[in-house]
Amino acid sequence: MTETAPVTPNYDEAVVKKFYVATVLWALVGMLVGVTIALQLAWWPANMDNPYTTFGRLRPLHTNAMVFAFAGNAVFTAIYYSMQRLLKVRMWSDFLSNFHFWGWQLIIVAAAVSLPLGFTQGKEYAELIWPIDIAIAVVWVGFAVNFFATIAIRKVAHLYVAIWFYMSMVITITFLHVVNNLAIPATFTRSYPVFAGMTDGLVQWWYGHNAVGFLLTTPFLGLMYYFFPRAAERPIYSYRLSIIHFWGLVFLYIWAGPHHLLYSGLPDWIQTTGMVFSIMLLAPSWGGMLNGLLTLRGAWDKLRTDPVLKFYVVGVSFYGMSTFEGPMMSIRAVNGLSHFTNWVVGHVHSGTLGWNGMMAFGMLYWLAPRLWGRKLHNEGWATTHFWMATMGIVLYIVSMWAGGLTEGLMWRAVDDGGLLSYPNFLDVVHQLDPFYWTRFAGGLLYLSGAVLMTVNLSLTITGSKRSASAAVSAK
Amino acid sequence: MADHTQEKGHRWLEGKAALFAILATVVAGIGGAVEIIPLMTISGPEAMEEVTPYTPLEVAGRDIYLREGCYVCHSQMVRPFRSETLRYGPWSRAGEYAYDRPFQLGSRRIGPDLHRVGGKYPDAWHYEHMQDPRATSPGSVMPPYHWLHKRKVDPADIQASVRALRTAGTPYADADIAGVPEALAEQGVGIVSRLKDAGIDAKPDDEIIALIAYLQRLGVDGRAAIKNAEARQ
Repeated sequence: MTETAPVTPNYDEAVVKKFYVATVLWALVGMLVGVTIALQLAWWPANMDNPYTTFGRLRPLHTNAMVFAFAGNAVFTAIYYSMQRLLKVRMWSDFLSNFHFWGWQLIIVAAAVSLPLGFTQGKEYAELIWPIDIAIAVVWVGFAVNFFATIAIRKVAHLYVAIWFYMSMVITITFLHVVNNLAIPATFTRSYPVFAGMTDGLVQWWYGHNAVGFLLTTPFLGLMYYFFPRAAERPIYSYRLSIIHFWGLVFLYIWAGPHHLLYSGLPDWIQTTGMVFSIMLLAPSWGGMLNGLLTLRGAWDKLRTDPVLKFYVVGVSFYGMSTFEGPMMSIRAVNGLSHFTNWVVGHVHSGTLGWNGMMAFGMLYWLAPRLWGRKLHNEGWATTHFWMATMGIVLYIVSMWAGGLTEGLMWRAVDDGGLLSYPNFLDVVHQLDPFYWTRFAGGLLYLSGAVLMTVNLSLTITGSKRSASAAVSAK
Repeated sequence: MADHTQEKGHRWLEGKAALFAILATVVAGIGGAVEIIPLMTISGPEAMEEVTPYTPLEVAGRDIYLREGCYVCHSQMVRPFRSETLRYGPWSRAGEYAYDRPFQLGSRRIGPDLHRVGGKYPDAWHYEHMQDPRATSPGSVMPPYHWLHKRKVDPADIQASVRALRTAGTPYADADIAGVPEALAEQGVGIVSRLKDAGIDAKPDDEIIALIAYLQRLGVDGRAAIKNAEARQ
């Protein structure tokens, strides 16, 4: 990164601020729904005895809100802020930037209304009905045009590594979304996929796994490559490692989808291919983790005082942890135990709460003073938020590991006579109660931390403490 | 801009944005193409002649299954483990899902797997279970779905579903589509009369009737196909 522009370019900060505020708002909404459905598993009357708030309808609302609304808006905040600076040029089209912003928020509102009403495609992470899917495609293409046109008019010759990762998202999400949502409409709210049975399942998990790969991983790595070195005021550890792990990740990720369908009717060679590539995925994933963590080489002392770096270090560490756990869970023998259990839920949340959440929080704290020219209202609160979030994640994933192992082992337990030890499924259900309550507490703690952040950021933005770093942000 | 003509390798590529984007597209596209395309062409699931498309009432029931998000808590995939075949029945074959649009294998078992639930309980059990899950399954954490007992299935709506399913590739004949209202009524009346024997008053167009029809169909064709295949050996 060379940031020595003699003249301050006229960057579009307004769109960055909009995505920033949207990120914070949707984080609260999505997490609140998450805590609600966590309570429903511990205490079923929390389903509230009406069609609109049952677990079956709210769980898709939670996942869509966290992935597309929270993580999506966080990624767009990162992209609009960093790519203008990395390319030293304003976004190509203000119209498209705003079209992207308002279009995306409208899609989220449509999701928040349609999912509780029971309008769904019935495919995990692709529940949204076909008219919304078309809207997503249109908005996404508008974003992509703006993205590539901005690259085309850049004032910097080389594309920095963060841009590579953003680019892989823009491209890959396009074809994943289009192919997985190919469907024949029956009515305005209902459609049936062109693929059937196991083929539909394979396409769905090719999409589902890579939505994780290219919405929750690669753009967040781009975020890491821009914001982590800036917050640490150190260059990234290794340029060469960034090349290897970028291409490794982009190539290998796509193959890993079938690990969601181990022991299904899918042909064995596809299952095995999915498993083998999942294990190989460990290498580029840890390449990214090491490149992030080693950026702090010689500057680890900053961790003591800087809450932003605390979020980044723990975020990247959780990335490393969950990208170790994932390959392990895709080994057939392990998957036989972990699949269908809470272990999977714990795994997903060590990635989303640990990696995506912490990286986004770090970025939000770092950006507020720079976007609004105000000093962070209270650094101590940010540190408190960090500890609340970290403790929340630990409670969450430890309880889900324990719960997952409990049910996995009880389901398969067979007595000396060769019969099931727990033949009634309900024998297992209430063994999970303490784990569900612990998970609820962990989620509530994580949400409370996010509320504290929101208060802190709101007071920062509306406050009067001028920031010395306001001048820095112009660069 | 400086002269970059001397640059080699990746540094050179980083200056060629279009080429970079094309390469990234190809590299990210390979895996999916290699895994998915053969499944559609040369390596697809073997057809099972016993497995036939869902009836209109079952389609209506499946729509309800999707709407209520049943797949969020129930899988439809019995794995080839002794513990699973003991609990649920024969493990699930690929060909059994031939007419499942979308597939409903699920990813989480908060409740039990449902792929072999067809025929496991009487119709009345399902009727009571959806009304109050704890009446049939003490300790269940499932919410009640009593609105299914009041809401009605709209034949025109299901006709649209069957028509779209045919466009997608499910082999329904013209007569099947034209006969949706009659087929709905006929199968519904059968279930209603079985419920009556158990002392339950229901109407053939209640949503719960459609859901029962779908649940009672689950895994039944597959069971027959597996039995016949074993007999042939």
